[in-house]
Amino acid sequence: MLIGIDMGGTHIDGVAIKDNKIVKTIKHPVDRKDLYQTILNAIYDLISDLDKTQISRVNLSTTISTNAIVENKTTAVDLILQKGPGINFEFPEIAAEVNYIDGYVDHRGKMVKDLDYQQLAALKKELTQHQDLKQESNLAENLKHDLNTSQEKNLAVVTKFSTRNPEHEKAIAEYFANDYYQITQGHTLSGRLNFPRRVNTAYLNSAVYNIFQEFANNIAAALREVEIDAPIYILKADGGTMPLADAITRPVETILSGPAASFMGMSALFDNQMDSVLLDIGGTTTDIFFLVDGVPVFEPTGITIGKHKTLVRAIYSVSIGLGGDSCLSIVNSSANDDLAARIKIGPERKGPPLLFGGETPTLTDAMSVLHKLDFGHLSAEQVMLARQGITELAEQLSLSPEDFAEIVLTKAAQTVKNQVDSLLLRLNSQPVYTVREILADRQIKPAEVKVIGGPAKILAEYLEQEFKLNVLLPDQFQVANAIGAALAQPTIELNLLADTQRKILIIPELNIYEKIGSRYSLDEGRKYILRCLKQAAKELSDSKLATEIIEESSFNMVDGYSSGKNIRIKAQIKPGLSCAIEHE
Amino acid sequence: MQAKNKLGLVFFPAFDWAISPRHPEREERLLYTQDQLFEEGIQDIAGVEFYNPVPATEKDVERVHFAVPDVKTRFSKSHMVSMGGAIEAFDLVFSGRAEKSFALVRPPGHHAQRVVYGDRGFCVGNIEAVGLEAMRAKYGDLRVAVIDTDCHHGDGTEDIYWNDPDTLFISFHQDGRTLYPGTGFLEDAGGPGAYGYNINIPLPPKTGEQGYLYVLEHIIMPILAEYKPDLIVNSAGQDNHYSDPITNMNFTAQGYAILNEKLNPDVAVLEGGYSIESALPYVNTGIILAMAGLDYSGVKEPDYDPVRLRQDPRITEYIKELSDVIYERWQKREILAEKEYGKQKLVQRKRNVFYDTDGIMENQTQNFKVCPDCSGLNYIDSRSDWGSKIKGITIPRDACTSCQNEGYELYEKSGSGLTNVYLQDRANDRYLAK
Repeated sequence: MLIGIDMGGTHIDGVAIKDNKIVKTIKHPVDRKDLYQTILNAIYDLISDLDKTQISRVNLSTTISTNAIVENKTTAVDLILQKGPGINFEFPEIAAEVNYIDGYVDHRGKMVKDLDYQQLAALKKELTQHQDLKQESNLAENLKHDLNTSQEKNLAVVTKFSTRNPEHEKAIAEYFANDYYQITQGHTLSGRLNFPRRVNTAYLNSAVYNIFQEFANNIAAALREVEIDAPIYILKADGGTMPLADAITRPVETILSGPAASFMGMSALFDNQMDSVLLDIGGTTTDIFFLVDGVPVFEPTGITIGKHKTLVRAIYSVSIGLGGDSCLSIVNSSANDDLAARIKIGPERKGPPLLFGGETPTLTDAMSVLHKLDFGHLSAEQVMLARQGITELAEQLSLSPEDFAEIVLTKAAQTVKNQVDSLLLRLNSQPVYTVREILADRQIKPAEVKVIGGPAKILAEYLEQEFKLNVLLPDQFQVANAIGAALAQPTIELNLLADTQRKILIIPELNIYEKIGSRYSLDEGRKYILRCLKQAAKELSDSKLATEIIEESSFNMVDGYSSGKNIRIKAQIKPGLSCAIEHE
Repeated sequence: MQAKNKLGLVFFPAFDWAISPRHPEREERLLYTQDQLFEEGIQDIAGVEFYNPVPATEKDVERVHFAVPDVKTRFSKSHMVSMGGAIEAFDLVFSGRAEKSFALVRPPGHHAQRVVYGDRGFCVGNIEAVGLEAMRAKYGDLRVAVIDTDCHHGDGTEDIYWNDPDTLFISFHQDGRTLYPGTGFLEDAGGPGAYGYNINIPLPPKTGEQGYLYVLEHIIMPILAEYKPDLIVNSAGQDNHYSDPITNMNFTAQGYAILNEKLNPDVAVLEGGYSIESALPYVNTGIILAMAGLDYSGVKEPDYDPVRLRQDPRITEYIKELSDVIYERWQKREILAEKEYGKQKLVQRKRNVFYDTDGIMENQTQNFKVCPDCSGLNYIDSRSDWGSKIKGITIPRDACTSCQNEGYELYEKSGSGLTNVYLQDRANDRYLAK
């Protein structure tokens, strides 16, 4: 039996799946002041009448790290960076002390300038003195607030091109090993190049480390207490999972997993043959995703959280301010004859619909005017309130409430369509680097629209009109995100670079940096990375995970009289679901 | 980070194209540039956007070249994509999608002349000319300055704009007596319709930052101020760099960045540059930052040593004198034109052109009609040692009716004894071949 829990901003959903069937679902409100207890209560409720010994896996999608970042409840971090020659980076988005040190590794991974240990010694003295002072003042703070998070400081170390040669990062981390509670080395988080993103990712990893570690330890203990001894996995933004122990060392990867959970849930509820647009229409927002060749479209470099651009791999998702609770208003427009242009939907939510005691008319109220809602429990008085509110707006445009509501629903569908079109334009102009790709000109052309969420059923016909495509709705979407969480499987991406001139092979994600022969070949590289990936996969899960090479290249290098090969391979565990859901 | 100038980058390293496996123009050429740009996070700078090439059409090529026997045979898909990259870079600026643009594409193009039998100096199609002429066809007349900052003389671009007064071509390069293609001398100043608008600045080996920036300030900038172009194009070779393996100059990444800041080009197009590991990653980063209006002061080669690269005072002195001569020639261009061409009705220019990459020898005579009403009909009689014998007729963009008619008449009656005849009617954007 698989357990999936998805914690969103307002609700936490849970699902238990056995033999490809959903056996139980729950939905609770989230207590933002106590996320930990919220999760425990959800799990307790979900398993209350189930056989605990049957549970083979618990997958959690949590907002612990996300909230810590958004609400600034993070641990203090010192940064040590080696930026070398290049852009004069500053990191105003990072609220931490940034210390720059000498030394440089170039794009090939060649050591150009070594570390200056005198400089490091001076830095160590300065940073540790600082810390002592801070700790004293923190002590006083602690007495006042009785904070339960650790007050110890963490360190993030990032050097330029550390994914090509991590020796400086390793040496600095070792040098400061006893001075910090936790140290993040940039190269361990991603094999991709992008120094400023690596800095932000490493910083965030250290910043959420303590709060996530505490949460993880508590969850593990609590589940042991209720005699669930199944392995616990945490959902990542790329729609995959990671074992709890890995999540403790790389908590930054647990950020923004919510949209990924809904995407995975939607893929479980639908057939995924055709390229499609996926829409999750909620109360406040609509999340947009794309499915191409049976797999999600990913963010090109990594996900953005607040002001931080990161290297955290993520399913491409864009959220727009359009949902059932989006407020309706009339705006002045120069084109007065275009009624649709004078109606504004959202982007903000000002409260619940009039129908449910709110004060401003919403999209849901417009739906009720057209008698499209099938909430059985609506009283005549509720419906009247909604109709009154919509009528007031409609009169400003000299329209009947019904005509007004029609225009609103059409406009809502148009808004989604326009947004999808502009996203497609962007996605279809992603840079490519070979003549073959330019000539192939692979364009994403969705053939279907798949939609879930409260207002989905009613908006479907309007979406169909705008997109001129089939719009599909699943039977059971109330806990799609929890289903997605439950069925998600571990994923990792590995990047191999073999340089036969330097006779060095590196896979930063696995901390592999080793010697190779000068005749090392692309084929050897393929075999090696797949072996590493399979080994890693075995450690991540008992079930067999499919692995694949997603990019590979081998360049002839000619440098004076010597020559060699520059081999680059990117491989991953194929993203996917552990089983299908049987549709009823 | 926010760019001051909205910059469009057409970055197309053509990772599946090489002249041959160990040739300087091989797949690896922009690999380390890509690594550097990615590691610097260039794609995350607000106001810097990446774009893909849109392959060029046959017509795009025919505006500039007489491709023998035809475009399809002479140009590979890779060449069409690279030229398309240059077109897209120009179009980014013209369509308003960007304020400035830089085409980092390969294969390069500035050695490709009007007649194309094959590859010379790693170039088949003149990418910046194809890009620029596509704009003239789409957006109308333009006064343009093309500044060729490659270390080799831009002999292809010179040939294409030889008789075009609306395209000022300035090339600085290592003196032709010491480097391929062995041309680019002061006296080569343009055809009878555009004498003085082709400016060559041959620099001595070992010229450094000081010399290049002197030339920029004392020749190029004052001439631009007088010429007042609508558009400045940098034909941006990067082989003046001190680490370049096939040239002998001492220019630097800082120097290139300063040059681009001061020159302030609207469009830059990558040309040569074969120090792919030690120069290109830094030079390209420098140019991009300078064009975007961002701080480039930290962009330096890891082994940059201003003391070692200091320019010999004798070179400084030589360049000063050279600059005076060149600037004086610019000011006296009308008198010099009179001296050069006098009252000739038809100016002939005979040349041998060697296609080093493909090993073809071409023998050609260019014929420029001197016309009081336009820059004049012109035609090329050319044969190659591979057996072609062709005539290429060009009706210029500004052609008067009589020159236009004469061009069509010449095309009609030509053919006997020739393998190919081409008519390039730039006035009506029509291209014929038989």
